[in-house]
Amino acid sequence: MTPIDYFIHLDNIYLKAVIYVVLAPILGGLLAGVDRKISARMQGRIGPPILQPFYDVFKLFSKEKIIVNKFQNFNVILFFVFMVFTGSLFFLGGDLLLVIFALTLAGVFFALAGFSVNSPYCHIGAERELIQMMSYDPMIILVAVGMYQVTGTFRVDAIAMYDGPLILYLPGVFLGYLHVLTIKLRKSPFDLAMSAHAHQELVSGLKTEFSGTTLALIEIGHWYENVLLLGIIYLFFAFNSFLGVAAMLVLYFFEIIIDNTYARFKWELTFKSTWLVTALFGAANIIILYYAMQP
Amino acid sequence: METIIFLIIFPAAISLVLLSIPVKSVRRLIAVIANIALIAGTIHLLYGSAGETIRYELENVWIERAMLTLEVTLSIYILYMGIRFRRYLVVFFTLLQLALLVHFEAFAIPAVPVAHNLFVDNFSIILALIIGIIGSFICLYAIGYIEEYHERHKESEDNRRFFFFLMYLFLSAMFGIVFSNNLKWIYFFWEITTICSFLLIKYHEDEESIDSAFSALTINLMGGLAFAAGISYAGIYAGTLELDRLIAEGGAYAVIPAALIAFAGLAKSAQLPFSSWLTKAMVAPTPVSALLHSSTMVKAGVYIIIKVAPALKGTLAAAMLSYIGGLTFLVASFIAISQSNAKKVLAYSTIANLGLVVACAGIGTNEAIWSAILLIVFHAVAKSLMFLCVGLIENKLSSKEIENMDFLIMEMPKVSAAMIIGISGMFLAPFGMLISKWATLKAFIDFNPVMAIILAYGSAATLFFWTKWMGKIITIKYGLKNREKVVSPWEWTTLAVLSFMTIGVCIIFPLLSSALIEPYIIELFGVSPSMDRFNIIIIMIIMLGLLTILPIALMYYAWLDKDYKRVGTYLGGANVDNVRFLGSLGAQRTADIRNYYLDGFFSEKKLYNYGLVTAVFLVILMLGVVVI
Repeated sequence: MTPIDYFIHLDNIYLKAVIYVVLAPILGGLLAGVDRKISARMQGRIGPPILQPFYDVFKLFSKEKIIVNKFQNFNVILFFVFMVFTGSLFFLGGDLLLVIFALTLAGVFFALAGFSVNSPYCHIGAERELIQMMSYDPMIILVAVGMYQVTGTFRVDAIAMYDGPLILYLPGVFLGYLHVLTIKLRKSPFDLAMSAHAHQELVSGLKTEFSGTTLALIEIGHWYENVLLLGIIYLFFAFNSFLGVAAMLVLYFFEIIIDNTYARFKWELTFKSTWLVTALFGAANIIILYYAMQP
Repeated sequence: METIIFLIIFPAAISLVLLSIPVKSVRRLIAVIANIALIAGTIHLLYGSAGETIRYELENVWIERAMLTLEVTLSIYILYMGIRFRRYLVVFFTLLQLALLVHFEAFAIPAVPVAHNLFVDNFSIILALIIGIIGSFICLYAIGYIEEYHERHKESEDNRRFFFFLMYLFLSAMFGIVFSNNLKWIYFFWEITTICSFLLIKYHEDEESIDSAFSALTINLMGGLAFAAGISYAGIYAGTLELDRLIAEGGAYAVIPAALIAFAGLAKSAQLPFSSWLTKAMVAPTPVSALLHSSTMVKAGVYIIIKVAPALKGTLAAAMLSYIGGLTFLVASFIAISQSNAKKVLAYSTIANLGLVVACAGIGTNEAIWSAILLIVFHAVAKSLMFLCVGLIENKLSSKEIENMDFLIMEMPKVSAAMIIGISGMFLAPFGMLISKWATLKAFIDFNPVMAIILAYGSAATLFFWTKWMGKIITIKYGLKNREKVVSPWEWTTLAVLSFMTIGVCIIFPLLSSALIEPYIIELFGVSPSMDRFNIIIIMIIMLGLLTILPIALMYYAWLDKDYKRVGTYLGGANVDNVRFLGSLGAQRTADIRNYYLDGFFSEKKLYNYGLVTAVFLVILMLGVVVI
């Protein structure tokens, strides 16, 4: 039994909600810290302390409020609210499709934040963010479709308690999900819209004009999102929670390796490759499964 | 029954009155009163309904004769137009239709008794509500719109009496379609909507309008011909002209007429391979696009498909129908990405959503029909709102291009708010279309995963083109002049009502489903889809609640938030001011922001051609398998 098992079997949904809302940013922040440390070691640097992301965010909160126009921060707040809502819906065991739709809503607010500023860098960042969303959206929906085909339900709690090994039924869907996970985690080669690294040709892309508290909210929002994305990995291995935890860690490490070994793709290649992978792995898996599961 | 007859006859009477009165203010007064009466009529129908299908006899030989006379007159008129403008395909279809009509009336009619000419069930009540309420408000909007339209288009003849005559006549015909049980009656009203659409598209009378009008006419006449053939077959072989009996008791003889009528439905609702007429029809004045080409007339096509689809159930034809719908949804959603003309984006999105409805009809399970009806309702409200916003903007900016809508939220804040509501209603949680898409996806998965995959790809495209449009509108720039001071109260009223309705239908959706849609589904299938709906409703309400942050936060930022430092945008460190920067040779350049249209991937020409060929193939299969 891992703590995740205890969490899944908790009956009190309010407690679950509190645990998620408090714990997710801590885990997400730590993950970001570890990520930076490992990346640094891969590049032969010592790297920042593990807690550096927290220091950064706390410092951002104390910064002066600098804006381009009065309404630019407004969409970011909605992005943050809906991101927390989406995560809660997932970890409370809600409908997986609704989780995906709510995630889309949060993503749309984030892109709109970029549009509303009227800055060329933000704008191109927002357009690319949309292209990324369009690229990964079909695959994410197919993840839900595949899980529904195997378990007969969209409810996350029921999927998490499903006994069979989902990964064996959905290997293609899983590979497709890994592909889009790289986009969602904003890792190279798919970090088109914005990136933390210094090698971005778009300055900071979408978040160029955001600073201070708003930037901190963007960061924390992404921590919530990353925890949610890892949660979806866990669902594939939910029949054995040790395996599930191991899979999350190994795959995140794998994403760090990818991040450090690939140069950035152009948006055309990102889009094409993602839709192709979705069709070849995700869609094919689902169609085969449909015929395999027919009596 | 009185209400139904009132709803069919009254708008036609009003249309004649409006045509004959020369005084503008009197016409306006009559229009307002008529619309109030229509809305009251449809709501009366809703309250008076027993929740189940009721059929009415209304046997009268004079009605039949009047219809026949009118039908022949209209055919002669179309013949005249076809010859005058040298559109011989139109002449050809009309002649065939006339021949079929004469043959049928002369040979088969004495043998076919019709017990019930009219009927009402929950589905037709839902459509009547859409036609009555949304249609009325669009007509009110048109009063303000047409005034400005003629100011902008001095070159075109001021035929506004004829315009309103057609609009109200059209409402009448729509009510006729949804309440008729006699196939010949449906056909009669069907042809009237075709002709109204033709004349309204042609309203501007320039070459492009006339071309588009004939394109719409030709395709719909082709559909009409198939409809007439279906009726003849039903009368001669199945021995009935009643829609309900044909579907319920027709057996093997119902299959061919059902396929032919479904063909007519595909043409009417602009599915591939017929979609070209709808995108061309966008030259019509915007209220026409809102009323005929998004919220009602094209819905008549999917309505009849949903009605006849049970007769095809289990055949390959039904599967083909669902693939045609799925293909149309996919192709139209993709093409919409590459379009920068606002009305064309709306047209393609309409085609796409109707495609989903057709796909649901083809699948024909209780879940699928449930989501099809939801799609019809939500789409009608949100899309008519979008069209009317674009119409207003077009009058103010003299352009339908999305690229000219930069900073709209600063120039026309209220219209932009309505538009944002409309766009959200089209694709975002927790609004209507998303609820129905969620239901549709569930219906698709259980039927065939290929359809679910199509939906997944298509929705991704939808997300892209709506969000970039919304991004364009909400881009913020200071120092712009407000341009919506001179919008007429007619237009404001309609925009406000439709905006609230777009939000309202999401809130009353549980009620709508349990009071109207579910009884209909139970009557049809015996069971209603059992979904985890309670949870969904709660989640949707939470999301709606969270969205109330939106206006609150806006007010906070507008008035209360004072503690900030404003700077210019970052322009590579070479700013001259907020929008200009120093270029490479020291020249000042303005940063001009444009959207992506991804033409390399989603070009209209390429995709349309692929879609057309595939769809023709599917239609041939659909008709082929039932004939053999």
